[in-house]
Amino acid sequence: MKLIAWAIALAAAGLTPAAAQTPQAAQPQATQANQVTGPAAATAPSERAQGQSLDAANAPAPSTPATANPTATQATETGFAYALPEKHIGVPIKAGTGIQEQVTEIGRGAAGFHNIWLLGLCAIISIFVLALLGYTMLRFRRGANPTPSRTSHNTALEVIWTLVPVLILVAIAIPSMRLLNKQYSPPPADVTIKVTGNQWFWTYSYPDHGGFEIVSNMLKEKADVKAGDRFRTDADGPPLLAVDERLVIPVGKTVKFLVTANDVIHAFWVPAFWNKIDANPGQVNEIWAKVDRPGVYFGQCTELCGARHAYMPIAVEVVPEAQFNAWVASKGGTLPGAQPAAAPAATPAAAPADAAPAEAQPATNQAATAQN
Amino acid sequence: MATTADTLPLKSHEARDAHHDADHKPGFFTRWFMSTNHKDIGTLYLIFAIVAGIIGGAISGIMRAELMEPGIQVLSQGWPLGSGTANFDEWTHHWNVLITAHGLIMVFFMVMPAMIGGFGNWFVPLMIGAPDMAFPRMNNISFWLLIPAFLLLLGSAFVSGGTGLGAGTGWTVYAPLSTSGSAGPAVDMAIFSLHLAGASSILGAINFITTIFNMRAPGMTLHKMPLFVWSILVTVFLLLLALPVLAGAITMLLTDRNFGTSFFDPSGGGNPVLYQHLFWFFGHPEVYIMILPGFGMVSQVIATFSRKPVFGYLGMAYAMVAIGVVGFVVWAHHMFTVGMTMEVKMYFTAATMIIAVPTGVKIFSWIATMWGGSLTFETPMLWAIGFIFLFTVGGVTGVVLANGGVDNYMHDTYYVVAHFHYVLSLGAVFAIFAGFYYWFPKMSGKMYNELLGKLHFFIMFIGVNMVFFPMHFLGLDGMPRRIPDYTPAFTDWNQIATYGYMVTIAGMAVFFVNLFWSLAAGKKAPDNPWGEGATTLEWTLSSPPPFHQFSTLPKIS
Repeated sequence: MKLIAWAIALAAAGLTPAAAQTPQAAQPQATQANQVTGPAAATAPSERAQGQSLDAANAPAPSTPATANPTATQATETGFAYALPEKHIGVPIKAGTGIQEQVTEIGRGAAGFHNIWLLGLCAIISIFVLALLGYTMLRFRRGANPTPSRTSHNTALEVIWTLVPVLILVAIAIPSMRLLNKQYSPPPADVTIKVTGNQWFWTYSYPDHGGFEIVSNMLKEKADVKAGDRFRTDADGPPLLAVDERLVIPVGKTVKFLVTANDVIHAFWVPAFWNKIDANPGQVNEIWAKVDRPGVYFGQCTELCGARHAYMPIAVEVVPEAQFNAWVASKGGTLPGAQPAAAPAATPAAAPADAAPAEAQPATNQAATAQN
Repeated sequence: MATTADTLPLKSHEARDAHHDADHKPGFFTRWFMSTNHKDIGTLYLIFAIVAGIIGGAISGIMRAELMEPGIQVLSQGWPLGSGTANFDEWTHHWNVLITAHGLIMVFFMVMPAMIGGFGNWFVPLMIGAPDMAFPRMNNISFWLLIPAFLLLLGSAFVSGGTGLGAGTGWTVYAPLSTSGSAGPAVDMAIFSLHLAGASSILGAINFITTIFNMRAPGMTLHKMPLFVWSILVTVFLLLLALPVLAGAITMLLTDRNFGTSFFDPSGGGNPVLYQHLFWFFGHPEVYIMILPGFGMVSQVIATFSRKPVFGYLGMAYAMVAIGVVGFVVWAHHMFTVGMTMEVKMYFTAATMIIAVPTGVKIFSWIATMWGGSLTFETPMLWAIGFIFLFTVGGVTGVVLANGGVDNYMHDTYYVVAHFHYVLSLGAVFAIFAGFYYWFPKMSGKMYNELLGKLHFFIMFIGVNMVFFPMHFLGLDGMPRRIPDYTPAFTDWNQIATYGYMVTIAGMAVFFVNLFWSLAAGKKAPDNPWGEGATTLEWTLSSPPPFHQFSTLPKIS
């Protein structure tokens, strides 16, 4: 047992250079490296760390799902494998023309309200105006109607075209208000996550789970990274949307996102969850999502935040609770019920699990180190 | 309600008389650089708007070229284009400079100068039977303030803005990106540019208000004024009330940037959201400032070519007043995702929807004006009818966005870009072209070429719809605004939009050929080329009107 702990600690040390390479954005590199390596460097392979690593290694193994990627088998030893992105859910669809498929009740309700009611009204009103214009242009062209009428009022008509739009708007406003009410009536939160926007990456921390923090950077294309650095593969997600560290949340649970920013205003948005919210410095905004389907869902920063605004995507992986617990443990977090003693300092345990999954590059190296 | 159509006697004889003794034009420099003549100043504004429009349109060309493919292809050519730099962050910063410049130029230096400064100056005095504006010298300074304003904005693109050259903050200049997020003088220059443009507009607004209230010819009561004059009157009130708020907000930005205040800096007790409230308290009336004069012009054009008085004149006038008033209490619908309480969101949702009612009244009244008319489809009429339909499309997507709960999805996506380009690029700009073709014979004394005018309309109608309709799809599919690079799923619609831009440019080429050909070799325009439908006072004068008109005031019975 002690040997294993030592091996893990070694792996953590080995992770340091890898972690320094992993971050993709140029500037935040330093910060991020600190965040990852800080705890690793500080931690000796104490008894506590050992216990932690055991939990991480053993508990979740049976529940790990098989994935297409062969490296996923290595993950079963340490706990968590990232899922492969899907083609038509959670990502923009090639030449798509509509709202992305929604995976929350709120999202489905709102999308239905838009797709059926609002879009229908838009189409009907536009076609009605077009038809009226077309008919008028034909019927009252000079050739067909050489003598213009002098009519310039019709009170009844004017009252009608004032009142009918009012009624239509009331018919829109009622479901609209109901939707707002639903959006603002979250069930009690099962998991709380603090989301912080930075130029130009996201950090996610889990205050209920020991307060560990993960840093999420966009993965660059192979051509854009130095040899040996991690680059995006299709297992990570589409270009410009894939990240090195996904935000992981449990399926079917109410997740509360507390959103803020460190520098300028960003906005946190996963289209498949519907809601977006600005990340304002000096203010904590709250949104929530109860995702009812496991999967990987991609989004982007949606508030202009400087040069790399286009390059700070969001990737959320939604997993069954057991897997979520395994992931939390692999990141050195604790479950809310567990003793508070297990501090985030235990991060080294995270190293091999971190390294495990579908992503090929330096990850496999770390896994190999751990096995030694 | 009696309209101007019934009541205005033709005054062409009187106008011709005036022609003889009132046409002593000053020398070139005095006439164009020290002008106090509303028509000359209007011409200067129109020339300015055309130049700014070319620059703003060229910037959209660079943007559409960049968005043709995923990846960075055009921006990597460097800044200004050609002098390459290898710094990726500079390339993408220059994208932000382009979107900022495009927005500010089109709003402050193209649409507003064309509509208010150009057509407003030219035709408000003519339509109310006034010899000139109330304050001719102030009119002159209004125009000449725009020149340094524009130069400051253009110049800001060549000084440091933090990550690269130029101000890359978006036209909204949100703090803290515009304060701590953008070192260097570029953003300061852009702020000064807005200060000057704002001062210019405020002076212009005072001038119009005074002119319209005090200088109407005998008998020209408020309820007999042509709708274009009404639209300008409402617009300039919006300017007068909204612009000082913008001036205050950007001055606070300036002191935050340079003098250590922290109005918008949370670390000093400030609040970045406060800036957004101030900005949009100005910004929402601003969008009506850009469209209301268009409403006025479309009303004149529709009535003229339907040969019928405007249907529901009073309803039309007070619909604009209502839009102006309600336009001041809906601003936070631009900020639905900023983090507000449910009650606030519900209020702004409801208030915003109310604006659809007077807007609907206008749409239906235009159609009712055409109904029963004797329609001909000269170029201005085509633009006006195109305006009605496309503005309706932009209007209904506006109702979608008004829903706070739905806007959570659309906000800051290309759906919003599609929406506001339908009401501005296809709304306001179509109205400007309607007005331009409508009044071109009056202003220049030459007829434009009808075939080229129609060709311009049809090419551009196809082009702008190709550019902007696919943007609805991009937004719904999840593409954020203001990004130079995107995931490959968004490629197809972006390419169609870029092809649409090329079509639009072809249409604009036809416009310029028409413009120069007509100025050089167009047929001489009669006093009233549009026949019995053109009933407002400007058509009683010669084309072009005498240098000073109405030295004997016309009487409106």
